[in-house]
Amino acid sequence: MEITRRRLLLLLPAAAVAWKYIQAGTPEAAPNYKLGEHWWGMLIDIPKCIGCGSCVRACSAENDVPDGYFRTWIERYHVPDWAIERPEVESPNGGKDGFPPNQSTGKNFFVPKLCNHCADSPCTQVCPVGATFVSPDGVVLVDKNYCLGCRYCVQACPYGCRFINPKTNTAEKCTLCYHRITKGLTTACAEVCPTGARQLADLKNPNDPIHEFLKTHSVQVLKPHMATGAKVFYNGMDGSVR
Amino acid sequence: MTAIIVAEGDTRYQKTLRVVGRNSHETRGSSVFKDTEHLIRLAVVLALGVVAFVGLRAAVVPKSFGQYGHYRGAAIGEIAARPIGHAGHEVCEGCHTDVVEQKKLGRHVVVPCEACHGPQAKHADDRATIKPPKLDTAVVCSRCHEANSAKPKTFPQVATADHAQGIACGTCHQPHHPKIEEAAESKPAAKPATGGKK
Repeated sequence: MEITRRRLLLLLPAAAVAWKYIQAGTPEAAPNYKLGEHWWGMLIDIPKCIGCGSCVRACSAENDVPDGYFRTWIERYHVPDWAIERPEVESPNGGKDGFPPNQSTGKNFFVPKLCNHCADSPCTQVCPVGATFVSPDGVVLVDKNYCLGCRYCVQACPYGCRFINPKTNTAEKCTLCYHRITKGLTTACAEVCPTGARQLADLKNPNDPIHEFLKTHSVQVLKPHMATGAKVFYNGMDGSVR
Repeated sequence: MTAIIVAEGDTRYQKTLRVVGRNSHETRGSSVFKDTEHLIRLAVVLALGVVAFVGLRAAVVPKSFGQYGHYRGAAIGEIAARPIGHAGHEVCEGCHTDVVEQKKLGRHVVVPCEACHGPQAKHADDRATIKPPKLDTAVVCSRCHEANSAKPKTFPQVATADHAQGIACGTCHQPHHPKIEEAAESKPAAKPATGGKK
């Protein structure tokens, strides 16, 4: 075909449209991954956590989390025996650089935190545009191309798991490493945990060890009174944990 | 209708009605509605509005919106398409079999590679050009083993300032197999033995 001026003028807009799609990339569908066959959660074994901060560093690197913001973080609790209801909680830089020495009196322990991927999540209910949602496999996600950055979800989350990314000005949160779990890998935080304090759990998979663990251990979720349907289960959690 | 019933049997009223009718709607065609062209115009405007709404909505709302719920279904695929950063210890172990053997000898067998070495998916993809940086054992080891009262009591911890006096842990301990055999024979959890195996 000879390229005449007329044909070039017709081709240019078509090429511009095509280029837009090329740049956007075709989302690679994970092979053999079926949304309806999974229901993701996580198990956190508090007595195993050593507060090394590996999970926080791994999460930041894996997901390009901006400095000073955290999709997961570690809290250190200091509970004096006379103030069980009023624990002292600290999380310097999210526990990314470890923790300074602390008092040896009272009860001291680490609690890793992340999005609880609630089945009845308050954050998705308040979104005015449908930019955040619980996916069919039970992961609370944010569609950053649809989010307005109105911050309703940030204040609705009772666990403080959301923030506004200062670069994109959209809501951001733990995706339970959705790009990894759909490829058959575990989350970055669970991958690097040196003591196995974090374990990804597929509640719909009958062969997942989570079922045996839940049957044989006393586990708890955070803020059960809020009836959020949280799916991050904590083993050995002290009553002082908020 | 009512007017006709009222007018029945009374020619005087009929006449009056015809007169009124002639002056207003009766001359303009339809007997059911008056001012039909106004109604047609309204219907056309409404129909155009509906068409415009449906057309605009189809153009503005993404195709996959509502596929699974009140959100853009394609977003799930977009989020899942992100490239991974951590290769996973199984990938590392595929090549670094010597390290796997070393780790089997000690308690660090359970520690995944990327806990210390950081995300290495890029290295796994391109082993020739992307090399993981050398680690500073003085920093890396203390992240886990620096004494802290909040750590589980059974977890091996040291106050590095007292234990090593500023010497990097790797001087005495082999990170993949950290137990020092010679020292362990005489005294468990010993002070760093000079000339300990690296």
